Amino acid sequence: MTAAPALTEQSVPHLPKGVRLRYDEARGQWLLMGPERLFKLDAIGVEILRRCDGDRDLSVLVAELAESFQADPATVERDVRAFLTEFVTRGMVKLA
Amino acid sequence: MSLPRTEIPAPLGLLAELTHRCPLHCPYCSNPVELERRSGELDTGTWTRVLSEAAALGVLQVHLSGGEPTARRDLEEIVAHCADVGLYSNLITAGVNLSRERLAALADAGLDHVQLSIQGPEAATNDLVAGLTGAFDQKMALAGHVRDLGLPLTVNSVIHRHNIDQVQQVIELALRLGAHRLEIAHAQYYGWALRNRAALMPRRAQVEAAMATLEAARSELKGRLVIDAVVPDYYASLPKPCMGGWGLRSLNVTPAGKVLPCHAAETIPGLSFETVRDRPLAEIWYEGAAFQAFRGTDWMAEPCRSCERREVDWGGCRCQALAIAGDAGKTDPACHKSPHHAELLALAEADSDRAPADFAYRGFATAKADA
Repeated sequence: MTAAPALTEQSVPHLPKGVRLRYDEARGQWLLMGPERLFKLDAIGVEILRRCDGDRDLSVLVAELAESFQADPATVERDVRAFLTEFVTRGMVKLA
Repeated sequence: MSLPRTEIPAPLGLLAELTHRCPLHCPYCSNPVELERRSGELDTGTWTRVLSEAAALGVLQVHLSGGEPTARRDLEEIVAHCADVGLYSNLITAGVNLSRERLAALADAGLDHVQLSIQGPEAATNDLVAGLTGAFDQKMALAGHVRDLGLPLTVNSVIHRHNIDQVQQVIELALRLGAHRLEIAHAQYYGWALRNRAALMPRRAQVEAAMATLEAARSELKGRLVIDAVVPDYYASLPKPCMGGWGLRSLNVTPAGKVLPCHAAETIPGLSFETVRDRPLAEIWYEGAAFQAFRGTDWMAEPCRSCERREVDWGGCRCQALAIAGDAGKTDPACHKSPHHAELLALAEADSDRAPADFAYRGFATAKADA
């Protein structure tokens, strides 16, 4: 059984110690790096993870992204939840 | 024929073997049987230069290993340099003789991750295999310090006849220690482990039971503990893509500065290895003869050459092909298509049926008498 992370509007995501978001100059791409783990990110993934700063909660994060991408907040929220759930399950993002 | 430079990818990972010195004596150690002495080790300035060159070449993650890397007094400087040049640093440690204060200093220097080896899930097995009384207790204390400092922890355990029936306890221990990840690696039978194969080889039924235990735990613990485990070659039917392909994903720098495509590559006769003392890392990666020798698919003979998996497993492990088939250019005998496949299985079954042999413990004295 998968332990589903409890992601709510008040969840405050952050990158735990040992997880780093960085731009890889040699290959021209953004990466999320963890112990023996490497994820290539698209532009939206980078914008989500940049905002996982232990400060913004999910509702703020979604509102900002909807604003900057001029997108429907409900759609953005669905995508962000799916994205974060995946990375929380992998231990690459923590919730407070 | 070798790959043109434009078709060679930049490496992702670097295994930095900082020293061969180690307080443990594990009989399957991946270090060569001829260990490098302290007097032959690279100095701090050379290591920091190599790490800068690695970052410029495209390396993202550095595994600070050994031997025991904390035996180097300059480890803090090396870790700090990794952070300065943007390399993700992973300390691969036996967890012995590493104080809380020193670990805190390494964390302050920018260490990203700790990988702690255990030789068994309790003191008796652990200390027997490690060849050091009290090692288990020190490891448990270190795991506590890692957790207190908020560093992510991987527990790594090499599995063989003496601990394979304890895999469930290893999983429980990893959870108790707060590990984020558990790596179960079957002993790889080259160098020290080849010498100890009769003492280490598990039975096929034991391997299958352990794999089933791990598979069940992997799905049950999803989201809590990442479990990475690999089927051992001797009981496999398909070879593993050793190192993700020779000279395609990662490289290894030995304590003396030799640059290898894999940590066991020195067992292959006829290959010559260049050192970072003589040549920039990037030139060795792209042009070094040892890297070009088995890179890509042009070196392959049948049955690899026409195989649909040739760019999946890259012909498997060159060192195992040498050890069993007698030629590093042949198909890895772990593959069911190899004419030596049955021989590999027969070797494993014969060894696992023997009465347990004594360990030839890893050490300088065992390899050379001039210690």
